[in-house]
Amino acid sequence: MAEGNTIAESDVERWREKLLAARDASRPRITVCGGTVCLALASGEVGAALEQALEQQGMHASVEMKTTGCPGLCDQGPLVTIYPQGIFYTKVKPEDCSEIISQTVKNGEIIEHLLYEDPQTGEKIIHITDVPFYKEQTRILLKDSGLIDPYKIEDYIAVGGFRALEKALTEMTPEQIIAEIKRSGLRGRGGGGFPTGVKWELCRKAPGDTKYIICNADEGNPGCFQDRGVIESNPHSLLEGMIIGAYAIGANEGFIYIRHEYPLVVKIIRQAILQARENNLLGENILGSGFNFDIEIQLGAGAYVCGEETALIASIEGRIGEPQARPPYPVTKGLWGKPTTINNVKTWAWIPPIINNGADWFTQIGTEKSKGTTIFSLVGKVKQPGLVEIPMGVTLRHLIERIGGGAPNGKKLIAAQTGGPSGGCIPESLWHLPVDYDSLREAGSIMGSGGMIIMDESICMVEMARYFLDFSKFESCGKCSACREGVRRMYEILDYITRGLGQEGDIELLEELGQAVKIGSLCGLGQTAPNPVLSTIRYFREQYEAHIRDKHCPAGVCKDLVSLDAVKEN
Amino acid sequence: MEIDISKVDAIIDKHSLEHRWLITNLLAIQDEFQYLPQDAIRHVAERMNIPILQVYQVAEFYKVFKLEPPGKHLVSVCRGTACHVRGSEALIERMGDLLKIAPSRTTKDKQFTLDVVNCLGCCALGRVIVIDDHFYVNVTPNEVESILDKYVSNGD
Repeated sequence: MAEGNTIAESDVERWREKLLAARDASRPRITVCGGTVCLALASGEVGAALEQALEQQGMHASVEMKTTGCPGLCDQGPLVTIYPQGIFYTKVKPEDCSEIISQTVKNGEIIEHLLYEDPQTGEKIIHITDVPFYKEQTRILLKDSGLIDPYKIEDYIAVGGFRALEKALTEMTPEQIIAEIKRSGLRGRGGGGFPTGVKWELCRKAPGDTKYIICNADEGNPGCFQDRGVIESNPHSLLEGMIIGAYAIGANEGFIYIRHEYPLVVKIIRQAILQARENNLLGENILGSGFNFDIEIQLGAGAYVCGEETALIASIEGRIGEPQARPPYPVTKGLWGKPTTINNVKTWAWIPPIINNGADWFTQIGTEKSKGTTIFSLVGKVKQPGLVEIPMGVTLRHLIERIGGGAPNGKKLIAAQTGGPSGGCIPESLWHLPVDYDSLREAGSIMGSGGMIIMDESICMVEMARYFLDFSKFESCGKCSACREGVRRMYEILDYITRGLGQEGDIELLEELGQAVKIGSLCGLGQTAPNPVLSTIRYFREQYEAHIRDKHCPAGVCKDLVSLDAVKEN
Repeated sequence: MEIDISKVDAIIDKHSLEHRWLITNLLAIQDEFQYLPQDAIRHVAERMNIPILQVYQVAEFYKVFKLEPPGKHLVSVCRGTACHVRGSEALIERMGDLLKIAPSRTTKDKQFTLDVVNCLGCCALGRVIVIDDHFYVNVTPNEVESILDKYVSNGD
């Protein structure tokens, strides 16, 4: 296919040149964040007020307004940035907008009270590029987040979008693409960390003419929003990665499985697919290459277990999301029994930059065994929560204290929870560890898909374990008795402990049950559900003992124990 | 409750009758009626030639589906991890006390349904409450009543 096709002259490249030629870089541009969170903070009203102010002040024609996706600094929203200077305003209200136009856009004057305040130094910062939260990151997947309009394919084209697809279709064979991805060492960003190139090769080589690819966008982990961030800010990068992947694997049909709880994301990706079809980037004979491929959306209906690949497949087939035993793996027997490759949103989104810049470029970022960057939703007890992209290998402490700004209210930080209900708590004493798949696993947690919840001393670790087990108990599909009954029993023991009814031997029983549930469960949900308990016992055993022996909750969270104390004191 | 079955037909006719469209159809039916009416489920089963037991199995398995008509206002309180560590449990309790119902239930006057949801992806602004698609962020237990009042006092 690589030889003799007709697109060497590059339709997309010509389109890009035209777009760039029509653009005046010195023309003032105002961006307003339109991600889920900013919209919740009424950024829509801010955008409308800015438009109105431009109109009233006769500047409508000379200034470009742009609504972007989520730039990741959620608690400072709505965010407004004024280019070309890059003046960065936070927590903007509709009533500020007239002033923004008359002072900043017209005269370049800074409005002090809208500036971002560095949470560590208290210093006011004018330019977005000087904000430590952004400065300390290595933004590759999130490079254009906050700059481009996710509803406009032209914006993605203008920043180099679909260049990798053209390269893949014109200059590379499917085998060459797979070899490049393998050489890059890219590992699955959903948390499993399986080498992506190897997965693709297995699927390509699997017997059968019909193959499928799936994007897992069922971001069901509570406390995570990286996939939402990626799609809301740049949906076309995901599509480009999927088209290249489909070409490499030999699939003509793809699915994006996305949770219905993200209505804005669904709307954005639907629009992106329509635009890609209109421009021959999806559909028949893509860019004249002879390759056919299209993508459908399948909405998840609220079942956490459907993040597991065999359950996800069952759900696309219209059945209940019960996992199946593996092997056979989906790469040989997946959707409707055909070879199927499932990757996470970020894995697909990594493909275009790797094809553009080459595997060698990618291998320079990150560590020996974990290449590239990773995106964390850094939330909980930090001064500056948000969406953070860092190279693998950065220490937890750097991430939490430098980028996240450390503790918000002077209380001591004690742990970072990663991997959601499948992960564990990493105590502060281990924050010198680098963020990568293997270090986090050795510490008793997992990389997961990128949720990181920071906890301080006001949080009770036993109650936290109870919370996660409550979640897994509720989400267990019930197929394996070890998971269905074991997780429930572990939850009950934890619940008793938090209510002051714990007994000697409970900790050991939890450890024993935890191992049994891990071994006796078919899928990742059960195999990892005990992790939050086991890791908190490992690092915070004294808290369990205080609950059981002294009927005391050191954090003062467990109500029954707090009131017991109060009774005693009286 | 009588439903307009032609609306169900219109939804089913958008796609083929293959099993794979079952969840998509049920989601669309719920969008139309705010829940899955019995007659609609029966009709889907017949038209798609799927045993009704299997349709119910799917409707019961996925949490989004409601088998009873919800109240006029849908109140979702997030208990994702980020909201939890910031004290969403107190919000859930307060909301339940004010509405006098447990999660997943509807008030007697059919005005409110209370849902407790896992994560809405607004973690940096937890605690989050969503009422009829309107987001309330960084909510404190003391604010719950005044937020709810906006919907009660409508009176219509």
